[in-house]
Amino acid sequence: MVPALFGAEPLFPGAVVGKNRQPPSLDDLEKRLRAAQEHRASRRRGTDEPAGTSAESSGIGLAFRIGVEMVSALVVGVAIGLLVDWWLGTRPWFLVVFFVLGAGAALLNAYRAAMGFGLAVGYRKPEGETPEDASGTGAENGDAGASGRSEGKQG
Amino acid sequence: MASPLEQFEIKTIGPTIEIGGLDLSFTNSAAWMLAATVAATAFLSMGARRRALVPGRMQVLAELAYEFIANMIRDNVGDAGRRYFPYIFTLFMFILFGNLLGLIPYSFTYTSHIIVTGALAVLVIVAVTAIGVAKHGLHFLSFFVPSGVPWIMLPLMIPIEIISYLSRPVSLSIRLFANMMAGHTMMKVFASFVIPLGAVSLGIGGIAPIAMNVALTGFELLVAFLQAYVFTVLTCLYLHDALHLH
Repeated sequence: MVPALFGAEPLFPGAVVGKNRQPPSLDDLEKRLRAAQEHRASRRRGTDEPAGTSAESSGIGLAFRIGVEMVSALVVGVAIGLLVDWWLGTRPWFLVVFFVLGAGAALLNAYRAAMGFGLAVGYRKPEGETPEDASGTGAENGDAGASGRSEGKQG
Repeated sequence: MASPLEQFEIKTIGPTIEIGGLDLSFTNSAAWMLAATVAATAFLSMGARRRALVPGRMQVLAELAYEFIANMIRDNVGDAGRRYFPYIFTLFMFILFGNLLGLIPYSFTYTSHIIVTGALAVLVIVAVTAIGVAKHGLHFLSFFVPSGVPWIMLPLMIPIEIISYLSRPVSLSIRLFANMMAGHTMMKVFASFVIPLGAVSLGIGGIAPIAMNVALTGFELLVAFLQAYVFTVLTCLYLHDALHLH
């Protein structure tokens, strides 16, 4: 039994090639894993900032994203208006009202998308402003297009 | 010449089945959904077959997919989102495999139909709203009251917020469907230039549209991944909103 154990293949074949390189000990590996996890956990607090791919933040991606946001809000507004009118037989009054409300929602969506506000309905700025929000206030000071692009996160 | 939109036609496979006035026939769309499900299942079970400490190729791919979604949920939803991992992972794989299988010539891309993406998006929004209501009860409605708004504006702002909320599934489904449909139509249009242009110029004119299609194929591969990613990330963000209510 024992000779067979010694004759067995090494666990990390690659380590044999570089003669004087020891395979990293499991303790060391554990330590590095924990450090990486803590790093990630500290990032987690910022939460809703996805990694953001480069293609999304390109100009045409931003344009398409905002266009979709605006159209979809208008579609929903008009649909609600038509439904209520059809239900109550009051055509065209609710259509007019909900078209305007839908347009409002469309602009709100576009604003949130451009400012990088997570698109959240009922979005609230976190109570304690984190350093990440500093870029958000910078966007309000002007140059909204550039910072909107850099903050562009939802494709 | 075939229309560039012909690839999106739904065709019945086998006999026409009608139950209660509903056409429930097995279509090419359903067939490709089945194929995507089988392919995703095969991909993961092949990856999980040899659970080696030093993983093989398939295992690395499967672990990559798993960790990609697990990290996405952890970063975007937080630890409370872990319970919803199976659903989000299934959603991602279903969309990704639908997009990727659709790139095979003569195949059918079910994600290019708004009825499919719309059903997925409505499912997401209903589930997320149900989770929010279950967790916060009636307090969930405070979600629609924007902060820092004078009370006199509230009768205007609350309907706008509600419409904005309802527009989420619409934008979610339009984004995926429009990207897939536009890309596939564009490829077909460029492909249909090859023969006519080549015929009038001894074949030289056909090179440009072919080169364009090569580039578009690569681009479509990127879009396939990106749109699956975007759909999943937005699901995560909506879930985060429902769980934490900001």
